[in-house]
Amino acid sequence: MRTEDLIKALDADARDKAMPLGKAWWLAVGMAVVIAAAVFFATIGPRPDIMPAMHTMRFMSKFVFTLVLAASAFALIRALSVPGASTGRRMAWMLAAPLLVVLAVVLELFVVPEADWGKRLIGSNMMICMSFIPLIGIGPLAVFLGMLRYGAPTRPVLAGAVAGLLAGGLAATFYAAHCFDDSPLFVATWYTVAIAFLTLLGAIGGRLFVRW
Amino acid sequence: MTGKDEAELSGLFRAAIAGDERAYADFLHRIAALVRGFVRRKIVQGGVDPEDIVQETLLAIHVKRHTWREDAPVLPWVYAIARFKLIDAFRRRGRRIEVEIDEIAETFAEPEAETVSERDINRALDGLPPAQRSVVSSISVDGHSIGETASKLGISETAVRVSLHRGLAAIAKRFGRQ
Repeated sequence: MRTEDLIKALDADARDKAMPLGKAWWLAVGMAVVIAAAVFFATIGPRPDIMPAMHTMRFMSKFVFTLVLAASAFALIRALSVPGASTGRRMAWMLAAPLLVVLAVVLELFVVPEADWGKRLIGSNMMICMSFIPLIGIGPLAVFLGMLRYGAPTRPVLAGAVAGLLAGGLAATFYAAHCFDDSPLFVATWYTVAIAFLTLLGAIGGRLFVRW
Repeated sequence: MTGKDEAELSGLFRAAIAGDERAYADFLHRIAALVRGFVRRKIVQGGVDPEDIVQETLLAIHVKRHTWREDAPVLPWVYAIARFKLIDAFRRRGRRIEVEIDEIAETFAEPEAETVSERDINRALDGLPPAQRSVVSSISVDGHSIGETASKLGISETAVRVSLHRGLAAIAKRFGRQ
């Protein structure tokens, strides 16, 4: 087939319209939130003392970390799914959540006596944390990988990893409402392990499924 | 000249996305020439037919045109797709190449005319289900319109549009999967 001929076929198909990618991403996030919420409320649900907990800095700080992670990952993945879009500044924003966590860890080490560090780090929930963040995040991750297929990421593995970070940030936001371990020492360790797992899964998914 | 190209091409592409078929044909012809110039300069050793990359790029532009933001420049988007398809083609053929990410060189890509040879796309076309294949080749190779194709094959225009759309999507997907 000559290129001229191909153009005739493409031109005849011009009328077909797909939803603009930017709008589709917002729909995908809405869908992912619904899926994550459904899994969360059907399984562990929020902790019973959530109302008083909301008045403590440590409890609320968890949401700052996870929401900053989700927001920065969302901004980056939208750019990564468009060919030729600049990603430098959005990449830099990905440092925000880790830096906030590091800052909180340093503060925690100052205010908590050294004898308690180990107890705070281990917490009471680490196995639940490491299993439920991936469990809540797996549905959203599938949605985001589907969106990457709908988009056109020129770096599929990286984009898949960012899909994992986005799913992880979202899942950890829900999980944080359940978890009694509010210390940044716990969050920095076990949330990170759980989110890293989703990130790895996302990168593998990007490698295997995101072809276009 | 490049700035003017950019403005004209994004204007044409916007019109095309709004449903203007003549603007779309014009856009695709000009993009094909630019991508051809770009790809021919990038392929220095043999093994990959530049025109295959041109066609794969055009198909990708077509099936992924919803990813272009209408307020963004169109040429960086086009060249990013062309570069991706070029690297992908070498990867499929088991070769590694370095494609320089040289924005300056791209902006000076000169339009070039097509040379004829056997195409990967022919093999992809042959792999389609018969109904889709006859619609796609009637419109492309034989140059018939949607209406002519419908009466020739004895099916509705809607069915022609659906088969065309699915056939093109399937060909594009095949290039991505290989």
